[in-house]
Amino acid sequence: MILRINGEEKSFSEEITTVEKLLDVLGIKPQRAAVEINRNIVSPELFEHTRLHDNDRVEIVSFVGGG
Amino acid sequence: MNTKNDISADALFARQPRTLTQKLNKACVGIAGAGGLGTVVAENLARAGIGSLVIADYDIVEPSNLNRQRYTIAQLGKPKASTLAENIRSFNPYVDVTALEQKVTAANCAHIFAGCLIVAECFDAAESKAALVSGLRKNLPECIIVAASGLAGTGNGNTITTHKMSDNVYVIGDLKSDADKGLGLLASRVGIAASMQAHTIIRLIIGEQL
Repeated sequence: MILRINGEEKSFSEEITTVEKLLDVLGIKPQRAAVEINRNIVSPELFEHTRLHDNDRVEIVSFVGGG
Repeated sequence: MNTKNDISADALFARQPRTLTQKLNKACVGIAGAGGLGTVVAENLARAGIGSLVIADYDIVEPSNLNRQRYTIAQLGKPKASTLAENIRSFNPYVDVTALEQKVTAANCAHIFAGCLIVAECFDAAESKAALVSGLRKNLPECIIVAASGLAGTGNGNTITTHKMSDNVYVIGDLKSDADKGLGLLASRVGIAASMQAHTIIRLIIGEQL
């Protein structure tokens, strides 16, 4: 499966079915992430239900603490 | 309290181009969080002559804030939002400051920052940062967000840079240095990120290519 994540093409040997699964594979805590798919924001409560498809353009902002 | 009788706008902005001051004077910027980032972002924008600021923070000034947040000992225990507004008016009485002592959430952020061209994400907790960005992108998509992530510790200041993450979302920081990993927060490094946020906001307002 191929996804374009933050402008870079990434290929995955397994099928990444949902946003939740993608964040898990990338080691990103969902509560700390803002995610857009094909320029549409995905609400955090929909991470587990939002399906990904080949060649989707995914933007992930993964935040760390401090301010 | 200083008033417009104490200082003229011409004198206050004598050292910057008039066209810059005029553009900034028309803009409204939201400050989500009045801590280490928010106090510096707001001060930089106010000194440059921003027209209006909407500052939202539910917290009060505590002793552990003073190592980086621009408050004084006399201000301990006071609400951050209105105290920051008071500090701003002490050097620029021309800014229209709205101070809101309330918690900003994904649900209310679009309402709070409805009139703002740009919102500076200035929270401390990573979860709050993510919730604000998601909430604003969903409910106020025309608003530009200038966020900060990765500014803790004593790492090289040059690693704090500006990243365009998607349409209308800029993130400033090294994206890695996490305050939750015991790195601590210093006024100097938090201040670099905050000044970069303010400078990016100024450049966006005057229409510079980032």
